[in-house]
Amino acid sequence: MEFEPVIGLEIHAQLKTESKIFCGCSTKFGGSPNTHTCPICLGMPGVLPVLNRKVVEYTIRMALATHCTIAPVCRFARKNYFYPDLPKGYQISQYELPLATGGWMEIEGTNGASRRIRIHRIHMEEDAGKLIHDDYKPFSYVDLNRTGVPLIEIVSEPDIGSPEEAASYLRAIREVLRYLDICDGNMEEGSMRCDANISLRPAGTGGLGTKVELKNMNSFKNVQKGLEFEIRRQKVMIERAEPIVQETRLWDAGRNVTVSMRGKEEANDYRYFPDPDLAPVEVDQAWIGQVRSELPELPEAKRERFVTDYELPVYDAQVLTSSKALALYFEAGLKEFARPKLLSNWIMSELMRALNKSEREIEACPVSPRDLAELLRLLDSGIISGKIAKAVFDEMFSSGKSAQSIVDEKGLVQVSDQSEIESAVDQVMSENPKEVSEFKAGKDKLIGFFVGQVMRKTKGKANPQIVNDILKKKLNG
Amino acid sequence: MDSKITRNEVRHVALLARLELSQSEEELMTGQMNTILEYMGKLNELDTKEVEATTHAIELRNVFREDRVVPSLDRKDSLANAPGADGVNFVVPRVL
Ligand SMILES: [Zn+2]
Repeated sequence: MEFEPVIGLEIHAQLKTESKIFCGCSTKFGGSPNTHTCPICLGMPGVLPVLNRKVVEYTIRMALATHCTIAPVCRFARKNYFYPDLPKGYQISQYELPLATGGWMEIEGTNGASRRIRIHRIHMEEDAGKLIHDDYKPFSYVDLNRTGVPLIEIVSEPDIGSPEEAASYLRAIREVLRYLDICDGNMEEGSMRCDANISLRPAGTGGLGTKVELKNMNSFKNVQKGLEFEIRRQKVMIERAEPIVQETRLWDAGRNVTVSMRGKEEANDYRYFPDPDLAPVEVDQAWIGQVRSELPELPEAKRERFVTDYELPVYDAQVLTSSKALALYFEAGLKEFARPKLLSNWIMSELMRALNKSEREIEACPVSPRDLAELLRLLDSGIISGKIAKAVFDEMFSSGKSAQSIVDEKGLVQVSDQSEIESAVDQVMSENPKEVSEFKAGKDKLIGFFVGQVMRKTKGKANPQIVNDILKKKLNG
Repeated sequence: MDSKITRNEVRHVALLARLELSQSEEELMTGQMNTILEYMGKLNELDTKEVEATTHAIELRNVFREDRVVPSLDRKDSLANAPGADGVNFVVPRVL
């Protein structure tokens, strides 16, 4: 029997506020342990949490960007459990009244067509602390700097049909978070985390199988690998007619398997109740309108604009808007060099190739948009040839020098001088009498050979168009 | 009057609270928790038909602070009341 996976993702995103969600402690990553703590985030008796307005504003941004409905009134609830990374004995989260529900996200599906993944809800909550286990002694060490750092949890509907789609959805969410400037989306550092629910069902049927919750996948690759493993495991279980247990499993990236948490698992009885310390949050239309008016342009809209305004192919627009930084790079370049398609070609080929090769992100690109524009102006105005431009680009990328200074230093200015090229052509013809007579006898293909020889003589600096013209004239004459 | 809280419920709550209770403690807690519930049960004697259910005693909405960092505690003060600490971290019996 053919099976199809049914996948839903729960994404936790750390919001980029300066201070924590309920107190004024810093949210900065990497502080010395327990130096960003106060009576509120330590859970001392008798303190009162007060909500950071920016957390609500950022969550509204995400809700609007994902087409969610924003609740006119929402409130916080206590999720009760005991664990050393949670000093109060409960996590302040939202339960039956989250800030946002019922949205969707457009992603690129497995077959290339676009797909809509529905979003069940988005709610606000506080992060827990960090535990470090001693390798030799029976102790664990607790750092509470992260306790109370604001998070949003984005819960999808089980609309995702494959591990690739899951990765694609995750990327789309990360891009929106980054465009909105509310989360830096770094999975390795934990500022974005992802859990998955996955079950299998016979292909084409509508039912839902027993679902397994998958945790501990801290990179895009691991999310995909974890889901792929879990699909294989569940398939084997079904084929052997063994029951699939509803449980939480951890992805073990070292061994490439998922491992049951049974036995170690927390008793799943959180006894949620409304937090009496926090007043309900009312979001009126005026507030929503205010946030909406300040929303930056999102990937979808940017893509459309690149196609209509700059007449770029859809593919180019997709690549250029795949990250906010790349889109900004392109538009900054365009200010200095107003030929969109040529600029796009160079970014998608030379620039991205060099970035990949040096394993750098666009943010750390040694060639600024202005520098690239300067290079393209030199190329476009015929001062350097296309071939030379590529070599100059490589040098710019490795040395950080400007195009003009490299061209000046190495004397790379294209030779368009008729007489200079003519004398090079004459030399090549007199050095290769055999080829000349073959060409004259009808072997047209040899034109390439002659062009190559002339270019070599001029160290690649001759204007290829003029070389062609002169060669044809002389050879046919 | 019959018990509202059973011995099993006490065991369940003890597990959630990571407490290990002896037989006699279980018995003691069962009794005490029932006494508390009975006492709270007095509230049911009030007629609340006309009162709307609420989670907050006063009608407050939108109590916010601005996103500004204020100084945290000195670390030695943060760690001062902990049963276990090494000057940098809280130290607890190994978990997981
Ligand atoms: Zn604090």
